[in-house]
Amino acid sequence: MTGSAYAGALGLGAAVVLLCAVVTLWRRALGAIVRVLAVQGLALACVAMAIGVHEHDAGLIVVAVLVLAAKAIVVPTLILRVVRHDPASRETQPLVNVPASLVAAGALTFLAFAASRSVTSLVPTVVGRLIPFGLAAMLVGFFSLVTRRKAVSQIVGILLVDNGVALIAFLATAGVPLIVELGASLDVLLVVVVLQVLANQLRSRLGTTDLDQLVELHD
Amino acid sequence: MLALVIAVPVLCALVSGLVPWRRATGWLGAASAAGVLVLGIALAVGIVDGRPVTGVGGILRADALSAFMVIVIGVIAVLATCQSVRYLEAEIAAGRCTRRHASLYGALVQGFLATMLLAVLAANLGVLWVAVEATTVVTVFLVGHRRARTSLEASWKYIVICSVGIAMAFLGTVLFYLAALHATGHGAHPLDWTSLVAQSHRLDPGVLRLAFALIVLGYGTKVGLVPMHSWLPDAHSQAPAPVSALMSGVLITVAFYAILRFKVVAEGALGPAFPRTLLVIVSLLSLALAASLLLTQRDVKRMLAYHSVEHMGLIALGAAAGSPLAIAAVLLHILGHGLAKGVLFLTSGEILLAEGTSEIERIPALLSRRPVLGGIFAFGLVALLGFPPFSLFVSELNMLRAEFQVGLGWAAVLSLLCMAVIFGAVMSHGRHLLLGPKGSDAPAMTPALVAVPLIGGLVGCAFIGISAWPLEPLLHAAARVVSP
Repeated sequence: MTGSAYAGALGLGAAVVLLCAVVTLWRRALGAIVRVLAVQGLALACVAMAIGVHEHDAGLIVVAVLVLAAKAIVVPTLILRVVRHDPASRETQPLVNVPASLVAAGALTFLAFAASRSVTSLVPTVVGRLIPFGLAAMLVGFFSLVTRRKAVSQIVGILLVDNGVALIAFLATAGVPLIVELGASLDVLLVVVVLQVLANQLRSRLGTTDLDQLVELHD
Repeated sequence: MLALVIAVPVLCALVSGLVPWRRATGWLGAASAAGVLVLGIALAVGIVDGRPVTGVGGILRADALSAFMVIVIGVIAVLATCQSVRYLEAEIAAGRCTRRHASLYGALVQGFLATMLLAVLAANLGVLWVAVEATTVVTVFLVGHRRARTSLEASWKYIVICSVGIAMAFLGTVLFYLAALHATGHGAHPLDWTSLVAQSHRLDPGVLRLAFALIVLGYGTKVGLVPMHSWLPDAHSQAPAPVSALMSGVLITVAFYAILRFKVVAEGALGPAFPRTLLVIVSLLSLALAASLLLTQRDVKRMLAYHSVEHMGLIALGAAAGSPLAIAAVLLHILGHGLAKGVLFLTSGEILLAEGTSEIERIPALLSRRPVLGGIFAFGLVALLGFPPFSLFVSELNMLRAEFQVGLGWAAVLSLLCMAVIFGAVMSHGRHLLLGPKGSDAPAMTPALVAVPLIGGLVGCAFIGISAWPLEPLLHAAARVVSP
């Protein structure tokens, strides 16, 4: 791969990761949101693959394949199984409405660019300039966690945060050491499985996966 | 040796998970916890004057600090696993839990121990992260084990908030890794704690500032420090008592252990001021929050949970001071708090079992109605509030002294104010619970099997408060690890 094509591919991948995060705020149908998440996983795997090929890093190529399997296929499938059993599978009343959410996403992206200045200075290549995209995707994930009230939306929020961090890790350090990467992927997968089981328990107990029903514990 | 420490609970988890639960597997769990404790002591004896040991191709490493944490985990685990037998028998007898479900509980508790042990024995800070994240995964179903609607709510909150927090800690770890790669190039193991400490003066301060803030926020979530504490009172109050004892007694301090490790590296690069400021802020906020919310608690277990937020605030303030005296006091506080809080949670489980509720209003005059249980609870509260002879008195005193020595006297005074408020709140709750209006029933007895481990825990807490032997050398060796 030539230098400019490499930079272009990475830029495209990072931009798709951020774009997908923003789109999850915009769509209301939970099924569509999960599919957007799968696309984000695919883009993340492509970024890892591109870096792996460019740096001749066999470990990273393996990781890219794992990311593809886990984040683009397995995790979305697991979440879709929760969505399919939910009769009202739409995010009807987020705490912040969609236009305001999109404005917030824009503001968070600016914040991400401002906050990551110290980090990008350590990664002098073109790759470093893309780190704010990962941070922005992560912040959008936070935003979706605090403003969305469906169990599935919160699972997606966690994964947005996670994908954002993973993008930063790939761009900044060409991935963490293999053993850490494997452990981290396994942990994320298990978290999703646990969340799926809990969401199903919620539905069978409450008849809905609306988290506004969870109000018994407070001070 | 190091692999063996982790292998014991892993094997026990496999056995407990495969066969339907019976009394013997319950006691096997307790034996595994005792095995961990014995191995931890053996480890400590070998390390206290000598060099750190490594194992499994350098993935595991134990210095005095790790060995101390293994002992803490082992001690509380022995108490909690003994009590688990009784908890499960009662649940099965009441028809709330099948034997299959009970065996899952047994396996998860052992898995929980194994992940905590991996966290404190990991040489690599990335592996440490993986282990701490895994503790969340294995404990979620333990929190929801009672399957009530409220436990489901607590489990959901717990995993969502902790996953997000731990994701921030991962970003912090990645940034430490970035700084290490930038300073040294691709070395052998840039994320190993020892090599990070050795290189710390060469790491980029700008990145490390951001990274350490993320670490404090991220692992602080698992510790229960403000602003990411809100899962803690729910999860600790909804979990079965033995699990609450483990979570409140050791899990939160294992997460704090991670902050201590990162703090050494951050201090090397940034000097002491930045990490200290950060820790003082989260500590004082946690203390203030605990003080304001403890006043209004109506539930015994929630009261104990907020008390953990207070103690984590105190520990964070001690760590902020950072002198060897302060760190030794922090470590002693970790053990003392674990013992007292463990005993109190286990006692509250026994109260719940006997009275059918854990609401303070509905269980008055415990001392006259259940003298043994009430007595243990009373002494536990006395220990937790920091009275002599219990070790929390010594550790709190030493932390305050250390804080004054390094010029954090103002923070120490503020923490004393919060402690005074908390003291008043807990005393008023405790007075109602223990004394209160007397009923006319005859006093009920508590089985010796229940009482003996709990009393043993309190005696242990008092013993380490009075006697320097046998912990003193280990505490100092461990303090030197993170406060050279």
